[in-house]
Amino acid sequence: MVQYLDPPLDLSFAALSDATRRGIIDQLGRGEASITSLADKFHMTLTGMKKHVQVLERAGLVVTQKVGRVRTCKLGKRGLKAEAEWIEAHRKLFEARFEALDEIINEMNREGSDD
Amino acid sequence: MTEQVERAGGTQNGTSVERRGDRELLVTRMFNAPPSTVYRAWSQPELFQRWWVPKSAPGISLVSCDMDVRTGGKYRLEFGAGGSDTMAFYGKYLEVVPNERIVWTNDEGEEGAITTVTFEDQGGKTLLVFHEIYPSKEALVEALQGSAVALPEQLEQLDELLPGLIG
Repeated sequence: MVQYLDPPLDLSFAALSDATRRGIIDQLGRGEASITSLADKFHMTLTGMKKHVQVLERAGLVVTQKVGRVRTCKLGKRGLKAEAEWIEAHRKLFEARFEALDEIINEMNREGSDD
Repeated sequence: MTEQVERAGGTQNGTSVERRGDRELLVTRMFNAPPSTVYRAWSQPELFQRWWVPKSAPGISLVSCDMDVRTGGKYRLEFGAGGSDTMAFYGKYLEVVPNERIVWTNDEGEEGAITTVTFEDQGGKTLLVFHEIYPSKEALVEALQGSAVALPEQLEQLDELLPGLIG
């Protein structure tokens, strides 16, 4: 198993706790964008947007690159992989549990016992 | 109940798992039986232990299962993976309303979640909602980190998962 040195998850949760930052992630999901265009889109000052992007960048959710005078942002490779994996692991476990529970419930239904 | 919940892929035969906010986990599922039946399968230890640890978890078994399902009652589950070591999960029932809801604590960890399971009648079927709320964002993050790493062995993965889930 390759282990990636990801930023800790609490950074990404903190980063995602803000509606604007979630909006930025959505936006970048459609394609990369410059800080300036993000600031326009979210009706924010350039400084405000820079701060938001910095938080997302520290969490590994966004990567930025400066070309000339324009800083372009795009989604980080990691995305929400760890979170998705956690949810999927839970889903698999409960799926297996609930299938077993289905069988028992079917048995109980057949017995017609319901006191 | 045909609500489409965004999931992390996989098949979709009814079990949905979501995070709500930064402290909550929500699992929902429909069952083809009235709440009284599903409640019995959840509250009677001899039935509960037949499904809580899925057969697909190789090597993990429930060594003991004590459940006194009533408000103020206690539970203790011990899991073994073949060796002499067991993992215990325990807590108490904060609220029990037969056929409707069970609320319990998870006391084996530092910051245990409060788990609520509700059984809702939907025309003779049951909508089961399993809800877990952690005392802090950090506690959920910790639960996440414990199991977020993709592990090579399913057994290990389940090992990582169980502490946050057992009720």
